[in-house]
Amino acid sequence: MTSLSLGRVLRLSVLSLGALIFIAPYIFMISTAGKAQSEIFTSSLSLIPEQWSYIENFTKALSRVSMTTLLLNGVIVCALIFVVQVVVAIPCAYAMAKLKFRAARFMMVLVMLGLLVPIHATALPLYVAFDRLSVLNSYTALVAPFSISVFAIFLFLQFFRAIPDDLIHAARLDGMSEAGIVARVVVPNAWPAITAFAIFSAVAHWNDLFWPLVVVTNQDFATPPLGLLYFRAAEAGDDYGALMAATLIITLPLVAAFLIAQKRFVEGITMTGLKG
Amino acid sequence: MSILSLRNITKSFGDNAILKGVSLEAEEGEFIALVGPSGCGKSTLLRIVAGLDHADSGEIVIGGREVSPVVAADRNIAMVFQSYALYPHLTAGQNIAVPLAMRRLTAAQRFPFISNLLPAQRQIRADIQRQVREMATSLKIDHLLDRKPGQMSGGQRQRVALARAMVRHPSVFLMDEPLSNLDANLRVHARGEIVDLHRRAGVPTLYVTHDQSEALSMADRVAVMIGGTLLQLASPQEIYDDPAHIEVARFLGQPRINVMETRMDAAGTVRFGVLTLAAQHALRSETLVMIGVRPEFVRLSARVDGILRARVERTEFLGSEVIVHARLDALGEAIVAKATPAEAAKLSPGMPVSVDLDPDRVMLFAPRGERLPARTVAVASTLEKAHG
Repeated sequence: MTSLSLGRVLRLSVLSLGALIFIAPYIFMISTAGKAQSEIFTSSLSLIPEQWSYIENFTKALSRVSMTTLLLNGVIVCALIFVVQVVVAIPCAYAMAKLKFRAARFMMVLVMLGLLVPIHATALPLYVAFDRLSVLNSYTALVAPFSISVFAIFLFLQFFRAIPDDLIHAARLDGMSEAGIVARVVVPNAWPAITAFAIFSAVAHWNDLFWPLVVVTNQDFATPPLGLLYFRAAEAGDDYGALMAATLIITLPLVAAFLIAQKRFVEGITMTGLKG
Repeated sequence: MSILSLRNITKSFGDNAILKGVSLEAEEGEFIALVGPSGCGKSTLLRIVAGLDHADSGEIVIGGREVSPVVAADRNIAMVFQSYALYPHLTAGQNIAVPLAMRRLTAAQRFPFISNLLPAQRQIRADIQRQVREMATSLKIDHLLDRKPGQMSGGQRQRVALARAMVRHPSVFLMDEPLSNLDANLRVHARGEIVDLHRRAGVPTLYVTHDQSEALSMADRVAVMIGGTLLQLASPQEIYDDPAHIEVARFLGQPRINVMETRMDAAGTVRFGVLTLAAQHALRSETLVMIGVRPEFVRLSARVDGILRARVERTEFLGSEVIVHARLDALGEAIVAKATPAEAAKLSPGMPVSVDLDPDRVMLFAPRGERLPARTVAVASTLEKAHG
C-alpha cells in the first residue's frame, strides 16, 4: 500500500502541474485538429470542439499532401541513419573501451571535440560538397552527415567500459575474433544502451527540419517536418485544422514508439550513467 | 617431456617490473599451484600463458610449439576466471556450447539464417549438444542447462564455468582463483571436486591462488612467486619443510614461521640457545644470519632452567591445537609456538617459560633471504652453559 502522505501529495501535484504545462500545446493541437475553420477563429477558447471535424480535417491533410511519402521518407531516413550510426559506433566504442592501442587517447579527444561541433557549423561546407557530388535531393544527402555519431560513440563507450574484461577474455579464449566478440557478446548485452540511443537518434532525425531544409528541395524526398512546412506554405494557408491534423499524424509514430519503449529507454539512460 | 614450459618470461608496465624472468615446466597431467601475495605477478603470468597479454621477452612452449606469436584463440588453452565470466545473455547450456561451436562450425555455419541452408551443421550441432549434456551430467549441472547465469548461485556458476572450460579438451588448463568467490564451506568441497576433475581429464593445470591452504592441498607441485620472481617450485611437502628462501618460508604456514637474527662466525658456525649449527659453506666473515623454525617445532615448557627463556603473552585456542605467543627475554623478539591443549593448559599469560627448538627443524637463511644448507652439530645439555 502506498501511503498518501502530505509530502507525497505535494510532490505529485507539482509534477502533474509540470507535466500539464509541457503537454498543454500538444493537447491544444489535438483539440484544434478537430475544429472547423470557423470555430478556430472565434474569440472563445474551448478544448472540446463544438462540431467534430476530425474526419474532415484528416481527409484534407491526407489528400492534399502525400502523407504516405512523407512518413515513408521519415522512416527510411531515420532507419538508415540509426543503422549506420550503430554499425559504425559500436565497433568504434568497443575498440576504445576494451582494446589497447596508441591512438586511443587521441581518438577520445577527437570524440570530445566532435561533441562540441554542431551540425550548423559544418552545414555550408557539407552543402557545397554534396552539390559538387550532385547528391542533393537524395537519401544520401539526408543520411550521410549523420552516419558517424560521436554522441553514439560516447554513449556506448560508457556502457562498454562497464562490461567486465574477463568476459572479453573468456570470449577470446573460446575462439571468437574481435568482430565475433562485438557481435556475440557485446551487442546482446548492450540492448538497453542501443534502445536508449535509438530513441535519441530517431527523435532527433524525425523532428529535424534544419538539415532537410538545406539539402532537399524536391518534395519526393521531404521528411515529415519539411513536408509540413511545404503544406503550410503552399496548400493549407490558414487552414489550421488541417495543418494540426497533419502535425498530429507525423508526431504520432514517435509518441507511440516512446510509450512502447519507455521502460527500456529509462533503463538504458540510467545504466549508461547519463542522467540528465 | 614437459607439455608446458615457460622460459624466462619478463613483463613490465612502464618502469614497474611485474615479472622478472620466470621459468617453469609442467609435466603431462600435472597440477601446479601458483601461489603468492597479491600483486606478485601470478595473474599476469597466467594471462600471458593464455595469450591475453604479451610478455616483453621469454618463450612459452606448449606441446613442443612456441606459442608467443599465436593468438589466444588458437592456443587451445582453457581458463576459468575468478568472476567465472559466463555470457550473461546465454543459458548455461549455450555457454558450455560456445567454445565447441566456435571451433567445429565454420563462420557460415554459425551465421543465423544462412546456417539452416547448410546440411552439415545440423549433424555437428547435435553432436555438440550431446557433448554439452555429457559434460553437464559429469559435473551434475544437467538440470541447470536452461538457466541463465543470473538465475544461478555462485557454486552453480562456478561449475558451469568449469564445464565450459573442460568441454573442448584443452591442452592446458588455467584457473585464476576460481574458488575465491565461494563461501568457506563450499570452497573446501569444490577443492576436492576440482582435484577429481583434474585427475580424470589429465590435462596439465596452472592454478593461481593467494590461498596457501588451497595450493598445498590441491597441487602436485607448488610454485611460490613473490615480487615477480618464482622463488621455488616443489611438491607441497618439500616446499613446506624445505623452503629455498625466507620469503617462501614466511608465505607458507599458518601461523608464520619464527625468524630470529643471530650471528654466524667466519667458520660457518651458529650458536643459538642450546643449539650449534654448522653451515655447509662458510661465509667469508662474521655475518648476521636468520634462523627460522616453524611454530610446531617450538616447545614452550614451564621450566625456568632453559637457556632460551621467554614470557608467555597470550594464547589462541583453536580446538585441536593452541597457538601460544611469547616474547624472548634476551632478544625481545616475539616467538610463536603450536601446542596441544594439554600442554597449553599449563601455560598462562605472563608466565616465564623455557623455549626448546627441534634441532632437526631449524633452518638457516642468509641475510638476503636464501637458504643456507646447515645442520645441527651439537645440542648442549640445558644444565651446561652453551654460550662461551
